[in-house]
Amino acid sequence: MALGSYTGKGARPVRNAPTRVLLHAIAILLAAAYLVPLAVVLLNSVRSAEEIAQTSMIGWPLAWAWGNYATAWSDFCIAQTCTGIQPYMLNSALVTVPATILSTLLGAVAGYAISLWRFPGHAWIFGLVTLGVFLPEQMRLIPWTIVLRDVGLSNTLTGLVAIHTIQGLSFTTLFCRNYYLSIPQDLIKAAKIDGAGFFRIFARIVLPLSPPILIVSTIWQFTGIWNEFLYGVTFTTGTQQPITAALIALTAAVADAPQYGVQSAAVVLAALPTLLVYLFGGRYFVRGLTAGAVK
Amino acid sequence: MRRIAEYVTIWVPLLLSAGHVVLFTAWTTWMSFTPSTLMPVSGWVGWRNYTAVLGTRNWSIAFDNLLLFGAGFVVLTALTGLGLAILLDQRIRGENVLRSVFLYPMAVSFVVTGTVWSWLLNPGMGVQKLVNGWGWTGFRFDWLIDRDMAIWTVVIAGIWQASGFAMALFLAGLRSVEGDLIKAAQIDGAGPIRLYTRVILPSLWPIAVAVFVILLQFAIKTFDLVRALTGGGPGLATQLPALVVYDFMFQRGHIGRGSAAAVLMLLTLLGVLLPYGAWKLYRQRRAARA
Repeated sequence: MALGSYTGKGARPVRNAPTRVLLHAIAILLAAAYLVPLAVVLLNSVRSAEEIAQTSMIGWPLAWAWGNYATAWSDFCIAQTCTGIQPYMLNSALVTVPATILSTLLGAVAGYAISLWRFPGHAWIFGLVTLGVFLPEQMRLIPWTIVLRDVGLSNTLTGLVAIHTIQGLSFTTLFCRNYYLSIPQDLIKAAKIDGAGFFRIFARIVLPLSPPILIVSTIWQFTGIWNEFLYGVTFTTGTQQPITAALIALTAAVADAPQYGVQSAAVVLAALPTLLVYLFGGRYFVRGLTAGAVK
Repeated sequence: MRRIAEYVTIWVPLLLSAGHVVLFTAWTTWMSFTPSTLMPVSGWVGWRNYTAVLGTRNWSIAFDNLLLFGAGFVVLTALTGLGLAILLDQRIRGENVLRSVFLYPMAVSFVVTGTVWSWLLNPGMGVQKLVNGWGWTGFRFDWLIDRDMAIWTVVIAGIWQASGFAMALFLAGLRSVEGDLIKAAQIDGAGPIRLYTRVILPSLWPIAVAVFVILLQFAIKTFDLVRALTGGGPGLATQLPALVVYDFMFQRGHIGRGSAAAVLMLLTLLGVLLPYGAWKLYRQRRAARA
């Protein structure tokens, strides 16, 4: 079954006009409801703290406080460090971009090796790799802590890149292996007879067929790593933390005197990269979601 | 030389990936039988960490919460997703846009979701304050600070985040129901409601099982959402096993018990995944024989 594709139209069992108008009205109302949290946080990001305190979190800005964004970005204090969220956003980018690229490329090679090269034991190793999709992070927290300490990567962004690359391989290998199964084995055999080796077959035959799955994998990894919280908060501290961990620290830091306008701006900025990816690559995002979840 | 490069390229990533899964599982399981506190130490305490964890109020409440949250979140998210999918399957105009709207929360982190919903549900500044401000001063919506209802705020945020995902799976299922089947039923005079209850929905149940399992897996692993939304409170009202593990390991400095709690989490997960895997295998075998 081609999960993740909704091409083609539905059965369209309901045909009479009033019912159809009603259905459209329900659909629009529901969509509006799903947009409420986004709308609320967007509007709050340009309202002043006083205005929010006087009314509520939900409301139209009376005076547009665009300064919230500048404050959130570069002035705001998180745990005595008054740099705004800027360094934490940079941390997230410095972890997410390399880990996404590495895990996707290595996953493509691994998926190719398993599905088309078929070395002895490929089924076993594939099974073990995919178990990584299910294994809770809590089972890996202490081992990672010890491994990071022993290789001297405690509290470093490089450590997070290594973790996300190795763990991400579970997903990317799975994506690519399933995708490459549709490449005819005969094509590989013919290339082998012509004298092409592992790398040449990958570069000349497999890679040119790969863009769709590489996009799926990139989007999936980017979103997952950018949004990750537990490892960020466990393995890094202070100014080494990614943005998700910094957001929680920020909320805790201002618990006594909340700055909801500025906090909202910070939330918007933190969510922006993955929302943009979703906006432009939504189609691929859905494919990754369904493939990663169902297989 | 080329051979060596080939072996390295194939095996290093695979061994790192597969190896860490096996090794770390064994490692944490082993630690759960040691008297480790702030640092891992060797030694053997048998099941003592397990009995200690199972004996704490923290764990038993967290597990009860998980049962309630798991049931509420899975059933309501699946039903919401199914409802949205059926709605979108009626040739609604602008389906692409609507689909994107229902699914966008999935692109946002649990931290962001939890933070935003903690504001909306906070009676002092969210929905309650808004409605109070309209003049309905008696209106109460304070589940976030109500011990008995707080867990439902996690359910609400969870539904918002994950129902679009359930919708995507159900919609793909609805679109793959055979047209002939539907035509035959329509010729027999089945109305839209009968068509759904008798023909279309029964053919969706393998997808429904998959959705349930995935959402249940989500529920068991839930950590960030609670951390950002309620922090586990008020009191222990929204404590979940994943938070208990973290608490033992990094706040109370008891790695042995934390590991035992992590293993218990894994066993809970296996209790869901193993039957599902067996069922899928059984169906595959049967399909292969037929």
